[in-house]
Amino acid sequence: MQFGIFSVGDVTPDPTTGRTPTERDRIKAMVAIALKAEEVGLDVFATGEHHNPPFVPSSPTTMLGYIAARTERLVLSTSTTLITTNDPVKIAEDFAMLQHLADGRMDLMMGRGNTGPVYPWFGQDIREGINLAIENYALLHRLWREDVVNWEGKFRSPLQGFTSTPRPLDGVAPFVWHGSIRSPEIAEQAAYYGDGFFHNNIFWPADHTKRMVELYRSRYAHYGHGTPEQAIVGLGGQVFMRKNSQDAIREFRPYFDVAPVYGHGPSLEDFMDQTPLTVGSPQQVIEKTLAFREYAGDYQRQLFLMDHAGLPLKTVLEQLDLLGEEVVPVLRKEFAAGRPADVPDAPTHASLLAKKESEEVTVA
Amino acid sequence: MKLVVVSAGLSVPSSTRLLGDRLAAAAVRTAAEPVEVEVVELRDLAVEIAHNFTNGFPGRQLAAAIDAVTSADGLIVVTPVFSASYSGLFKSFFDVIEKDALAGLPVLIAATGGTARHSLVLEHALRPLFAHLRAVVVPTGVYAASEDWGAEGLNGRIERAAGELAALMQGLSGSRRSAGDDLAVVPFAEQLAALSSPAGG
Repeated sequence: MQFGIFSVGDVTPDPTTGRTPTERDRIKAMVAIALKAEEVGLDVFATGEHHNPPFVPSSPTTMLGYIAARTERLVLSTSTTLITTNDPVKIAEDFAMLQHLADGRMDLMMGRGNTGPVYPWFGQDIREGINLAIENYALLHRLWREDVVNWEGKFRSPLQGFTSTPRPLDGVAPFVWHGSIRSPEIAEQAAYYGDGFFHNNIFWPADHTKRMVELYRSRYAHYGHGTPEQAIVGLGGQVFMRKNSQDAIREFRPYFDVAPVYGHGPSLEDFMDQTPLTVGSPQQVIEKTLAFREYAGDYQRQLFLMDHAGLPLKTVLEQLDLLGEEVVPVLRKEFAAGRPADVPDAPTHASLLAKKESEEVTVA
Repeated sequence: MKLVVVSAGLSVPSSTRLLGDRLAAAAVRTAAEPVEVEVVELRDLAVEIAHNFTNGFPGRQLAAAIDAVTSADGLIVVTPVFSASYSGLFKSFFDVIEKDALAGLPVLIAATGGTARHSLVLEHALRPLFAHLRAVVVPTGVYAASEDWGAEGLNGRIERAAGELAALMQGLSGSRRSAGDDLAVVPFAEQLAALSSPAGG
């Protein structure tokens, strides 16, 4: 099982000091956080993609390419890549380039985005959001698998005799996750292709996550990719830890109360009760995270949101130390216990390459 | 059949709730088959409704109320008139319900106010709201001004409106899609095919 972090990349004033980082501070902080993730033994770093303030990560492959050059093992990913408003041809090219530079240490997650004006800013119509996700990905999927593509669709100019370069590393398309909080069409899309399905699992009650994951698993089996239990599931999660849980709550509350997404709403206690948010000791984080398996089944990737709402870099790095030293080693051991042997790990470049080679041998 | 009363009255006791109860009782009396009545008091849900706007999901009590409303066979909605329209709390409750969840649902609209001058609130505010939600609004709406509680006429309007609602519930019973299938999927091949123009592919 893979453990990692995902970042929204928000520039938010620290409510306890009033200090707002500059964009440069925040970008460099995201890189420092990614490097720290590798240092403390995590497996994945994923960045969001946004095209409006107060967010900085508009150009994920630039950032991930830079991080790739400074890491050895970390898998670089996105959370999410906007399949609706980016040209699928440019996604194919950018991420294939990243795949080569990172020696295959990458994958990506498709999403539709949550900011309405991004559609018109990029010349698209938000009412076509789902259809854009479906058609653009269908093209992207072909661009990585067919050397020469002839294509015509509803949303993009046609392609005649087009070859997306560079071709994917070793002829293996990057692994793709599809992220969605509430759209069954996206779970269905992920299942159809046998791709991964990621539920952000932060803002909504667990029961909702459970239903979306179950839908994806049953449709994954319907399309013949394996049993429902073998589908590739990723979950988000949000934690803040200190050795003593009361310290964690005291320190995190001012950030929670005014956080951009859920601030000025329910109390921290109510939100923890109703959603997967955990603020407390490492042991409490371990217990709550292990419980995800009860409603999502044995899954492949767990990403935590650690750097948001104005938390200073120093604090985030301390959180990563706790995550890497006290939480993840226990989670690895506990999640492995009782995990059926036929539940696969998250696909990597190496595993996809091995699968491709074995299929070629079979065909030959 | 299940009938749900949504009352946006704020005081206890509330004339808005009283009107809702009288309408419900009349509908139960008139209906050809047994009707089970559930009352949703929005006052009790005010904080969770506000939190739904900030969080994006309903708290437990609000989720139960939304389930009750969307799985009902008929709805009686009653609001006090505030600033020449339905109350903000009343509107907010319907704002946090999924947009198609009331489609085809028989609804009786009712309102209370201090004076009869606002009685057309039923026609210029409530009826358009439920038309937008694609509910089936019964022809008779019931408005009760303070003076109506001591005058003739209110009872007749209650009976007529409740009779219309009961008949509509009976007639439309079972015709709505079952609640809870919000995760129904269209098979992917159909989604893809719908995008392909005759020339595409």
